[in-house]
Amino acid sequence: MKQRHGFSIARWWSLVLKEFTQLRRDRLTFAMIAGIPILQTALFGYAINTNPKHLDTAIISADDTNITRSIIAAMQNSSYFKVVGELPNEAAAREALARGRLLFVVSIPAGFTRQLLRHERPSLLIEADATDPTATGSALAAVNGIVQSVVQREIAGPLAMLQGGPAPFEVNVHQLYNPESITQYNVVPGVMGMVLTLTMVMMTGLAITRERERGTMENLLAMPATPMEVMTGKLIPYIGIGLIQASIILLAARFIFHIPFLGNIGAVYLSTLLFIAANLTVGITFSSLARNQLQAVQLAIFYFLPNILLSGFMFPFKGMPTWAQMIGNLLPLTYFNRLIRGILLKANGWADSWPNVWPMMVFTVALMAVAVATYRRTLD
Amino acid sequence: MTDVSNLEYTVDVQGLNKHFGNKHVVRDLSLRVRRGEIFGFLGPNGSGKTTTIRMMCGLLKPDSGTGTCLGYDILRDSAEIKRRVGYMTQKFSFWEDLTITENLDFVARMYEIPSRRQAVRESLEGLGLTARAAQLAGDLSGGWKQRMALAACMLHKPDLLLLDEPTAGVDPRARRDFWDEIQSLAAKGISVLVSTHYMDEAVRCHKLAYIASGTLLVQGSAAEVIAGQHLSTWAIHGNRLSELQQTLRQQPGVAQTVTFGDVLHVSGTDANQLQRIVESAVGSSGRRAEPIDTSLEDVFIYLMGRREEQSGGQP
Repeated sequence: MKQRHGFSIARWWSLVLKEFTQLRRDRLTFAMIAGIPILQTALFGYAINTNPKHLDTAIISADDTNITRSIIAAMQNSSYFKVVGELPNEAAAREALARGRLLFVVSIPAGFTRQLLRHERPSLLIEADATDPTATGSALAAVNGIVQSVVQREIAGPLAMLQGGPAPFEVNVHQLYNPESITQYNVVPGVMGMVLTLTMVMMTGLAITRERERGTMENLLAMPATPMEVMTGKLIPYIGIGLIQASIILLAARFIFHIPFLGNIGAVYLSTLLFIAANLTVGITFSSLARNQLQAVQLAIFYFLPNILLSGFMFPFKGMPTWAQMIGNLLPLTYFNRLIRGILLKANGWADSWPNVWPMMVFTVALMAVAVATYRRTLD
Repeated sequence: MTDVSNLEYTVDVQGLNKHFGNKHVVRDLSLRVRRGEIFGFLGPNGSGKTTTIRMMCGLLKPDSGTGTCLGYDILRDSAEIKRRVGYMTQKFSFWEDLTITENLDFVARMYEIPSRRQAVRESLEGLGLTARAAQLAGDLSGGWKQRMALAACMLHKPDLLLLDEPTAGVDPRARRDFWDEIQSLAAKGISVLVSTHYMDEAVRCHKLAYIASGTLLVQGSAAEVIAGQHLSTWAIHGNRLSELQQTLRQQPGVAQTVTFGDVLHVSGTDANQLQRIVESAVGSSGRRAEPIDTSLEDVFIYLMGRREEQSGGQP
């Protein structure tokens, strides 16, 4: 007997329509579709700064001369340090650091200038609250150069011989792609992947478990729709939503954060589509595992955490130990982050992007196979 | 083979078995439903009624057994069966966040019904819901939900309706209207298999089957089912009936005693023995006893009790 298992466009379209209608009725979810990308982009874009400046600094000065005043002024001018006051002694400095009122204390010892002029290599002491290395790192890296330049400028004329000769070689550093180390260049494109991961996985996970939890899945299964129709019909609306979210973030990136769009915008959207597909397969797989909507949300969060922490979104991927990088390499967000930053900031082309494209493809196909295999066509 | 009018049985299944884990939910179940027949499916909660219905419409695969539904093999042709069967789930399973029209329209699209809009409009008119067509299905009362569900199941004009406890939680008036509708559908040649707990519904069925712990115990018309158990029944009227019930229950010839308001039904398999027992019990107590026809309810309570005895007596 001939069986008609063919894919019906009409049935598939009715499933898409139904999903859109239900989505439209769910005001909160609908609001979140636009709300999440706007809120996250604004929050992360404005809030995160891995190159912090204007850090509170106090001075313990036992030597008040033109030179020491110039050094302090130069530190302020570098914009890394903000001198908030003077402290009488070391004990007061320790207390202020311990209480977190200050990040830096600069101690200028008595006779600093005199020793300097006598060529005795005096020391400046900078104490930093280094509990958070990111907070103090950039400032400390810059401080030697700042002081050096002051000394070179201030000690002129007959004392010029104190400067010491120039180094026998020169190191030229070119900070490519983001010369000013603007954190937003890195963070805002990263937010895109994070938002898509969160909404795509959770929404598709919920969309299918909701049918099961409310008992409507039984009705759907009793109708002639094939698993392929049901699954793709439920997913298409979310692909649209993902693209809308990506567009919101890209608009904000371009016009609010002025992130350079060096690469091809078509390539950005193609990568986004592939990434959405990868996340949807995760969502479907979770929906087959979860018995109810609560479990689906829990699974989504469980998946979301390593994605934030290990994908290179928040912390440098290369800074992680090998085992953590291996976990990160299993996550599509890792590749998407590289892909999108590469296209936007480095104008990466097809050949540069391919190493990050194929792992996402493999991921999507593998999970799709799992999802189709586990989709419960019959109720047992 | 697809022409239902030539089929004698719209449902014909033999030896169905289904396990969930190591629980044997349906055992060697065989039943037949004739064309245009209303087939009542009775049995206590958890006895395997829903599982059986799901196996018939292709939602569950039986572990063993064979059968056809509208002439299609229930194991191989579940896709064909799904197109031609109307299945109404026990719990309301339409989309509560869609309007009545949207629900019907969705169903019509899923079955690819030709001239869909007209079919939906006619269905709404038939329901008398045209005025509330834009109302969310979730806002309907229990009775209306169930009417809408039936209308949705009928949209694609199925030849067989599988109704799983359609009237649970519905008021008596709505239940009666619902059954009038089912009977008019059956008169048009549609076969209906309906599970229920209500005796007044059971007597409106052409044929009945009683299932307990996954096993089909009896099958036949109401009269056949009653006759098949060879029970005679006496009705006792009078006061302090519960006291009397206690003593009668101990007697070996009494199979069961059931109170219906101020009447006590006493049933037994040996008519002569039962008569002696009842007459001596009533004696000169002022109570009044008369032999009556054994009702369907007596029989079902008897079957349920026997089943419990059997399963309780076995290791």
